[in-house]
Amino acid sequence: MPEISRDEVAHLADLARIDLSDAELDHLAPQLSVILESVASISGVAGDDVPPTSHPLPLTNVFREDVVRPGLTAEQALAGAPESEQQRFSVPRILGDEQ
Amino acid sequence: MSDPTTDWTRRSAAELADALAAGEVTSVELTQAHLDRIAAVDGDAASGVHAFLHVDAEGALASARESDARRAAGTPASYLDGVPVAVKDVLTTEGLPTTCGSKILEGWVPPYDATVVAKLKAAGLPILGKTNMDEFAMGSSTEHSAYGPTRNPWDQTRIPGGSGGGSAAAVAAFEAPLAIGTDTGGSIRQPGAVTGTVGVKPTYGGISRYGLVAMANSLDQVGPVTRTVLDSALLHELLGGHDPLDSTSVDQPVPALVEAARQGAAGDLSGLRVGVIKELQGEGYQPGVQARFQESLDLLVKAGAEVVEVSCPSFVHALATYYLIMPCEASSNLAKFDAMRYGLRVLPEGIDDPSAEDVMRASRDAGFGDEVKRRIILGTYALSSGYYDAYYGTAQKVRTLITRDFEAAFEKADVLVSPTAPTTAFKLGEKLDDPLAMYLNDLATIPANLAGVPGISLPSGLADEDGLPAGFQILAPALADDRLYRVGAALEAALTEQWGGPLLDRAPALDERQEIAR
Repeated sequence: MPEISRDEVAHLADLARIDLSDAELDHLAPQLSVILESVASISGVAGDDVPPTSHPLPLTNVFREDVVRPGLTAEQALAGAPESEQQRFSVPRILGDEQ
Repeated sequence: MSDPTTDWTRRSAAELADALAAGEVTSVELTQAHLDRIAAVDGDAASGVHAFLHVDAEGALASARESDARRAAGTPASYLDGVPVAVKDVLTTEGLPTTCGSKILEGWVPPYDATVVAKLKAAGLPILGKTNMDEFAMGSSTEHSAYGPTRNPWDQTRIPGGSGGGSAAAVAAFEAPLAIGTDTGGSIRQPGAVTGTVGVKPTYGGISRYGLVAMANSLDQVGPVTRTVLDSALLHELLGGHDPLDSTSVDQPVPALVEAARQGAAGDLSGLRVGVIKELQGEGYQPGVQARFQESLDLLVKAGAEVVEVSCPSFVHALATYYLIMPCEASSNLAKFDAMRYGLRVLPEGIDDPSAEDVMRASRDAGFGDEVKRRIILGTYALSSGYYDAYYGTAQKVRTLITRDFEAAFEKADVLVSPTAPTTAFKLGEKLDDPLAMYLNDLATIPANLAGVPGISLPSGLADEDGLPAGFQILAPALADDRLYRVGAALEAALTEQWGGPLLDRAPALDERQEIAR
């Protein structure tokens, strides 16, 4: 049965952009293994001929009229921003040294 | 002990609406009575019910004054105009903090209203405040709130259910006559069961999700949390209907829910076929919960219903299916909390000139709690290349099987029933370090979310072992939400007659309880 190693959890946390501490990794890795072992019980339950359900409603391509309606002002949109500048979101540098 | 004949907080929303219409009371008086009750029993993270994360006394009284002016002019905005309501903190409220129970949104004030909040305002319901919840609605106990747990009004050493423990406890503690919840795997119904209140998860798409901070888009549903079946119908009918801002909202008229509740209360269920789901009882279900379930079933038979047993074999896989689909959707949804546009931004220690990615990592570590991290990592794993088909793909197929089980069962029965939760409220802290044990409490509520069908939980009595409330769940086919209200109101009427009054009248007076605790 699947088991997630501590290293694997660290890698997944990296993919999910969460800096986990060593203590968190020690704590989470065994818990995730237990959960994963339990959910893995569904493997083989459904045959190949069973179509997947991604959504409970049989809806496709829901469109509405493309009409102009009021949206947020720049001020409102920026009201919760950690930092803003010249009506824009201000963010830390997005490129690394080698880029 | 408060006197139910003079204390407005003990009345149902329908009774309050009638009293407002008759001019027996003003909305300002009602709203103030509930604010006083909140001040008396809600306490804080350390003690008291702690159902609220934010109380908006000023805003609630201002809208109450407007409501009174409308009533005086003979132009009420709705039947419920002036009846106060509490809103789960996962729905955006313009000008009022919305935290989702998370540190990552501490202090965030949304610039817009969720559609349901806009509808509450348009209908004239004063909003008392925002209720506590498990962080991003992830949990069954409200212990995963970053702001401290909510305590069950029946026994403050116990959980109020989750994730919407705050909304259920607020209603159970008479801090609000009405509340709004959200239900992804049982977050309205399970708290309803363990607090002796009524909660409804409508058909998927029945109530707009616009402005609901999503956990799992294909499962999330907004719904009413109340003390009576009729009150849920009133709130559901008010909030339901198509919303162009939510592409998954159903473009069909809301069924006549209030009428169904009123008809049901007359108590005649002749010709109704009630299906007992074989897989949702027996092992793992507390004897007292099972006993109350059986008694309620007998009352339905007495009202003229016919009971049939139905089998839904795929339901045994519902929990595993849910705990794959939900984390996959959640991990993708919560990617938006990136510390760039809103919410918490934490600069990592020991890095000069940190990059946006460094800041994201540090902020998400500091802002998310354990359960959220568990689910994000689980979802990231199940969606990663090489595992996608084995986990997410398989779960989607089993979801089809569960939906088919419902379809087959609804050929044999008009409604399906089960206990809402396998146990009564467990002790705070009891399952905090055993996520799997916590997940098991949602066993009976999850199938409805996977299939998108509606469900209600209403109190079935107190379990003999511990004297705590147990819940009775009724499920109906998609878009047949009216059946929940017809059957629910009939059962509620029969049970209330048997008890000689509402179950919540037997809950301990909160002030007394606190003194015992001290």
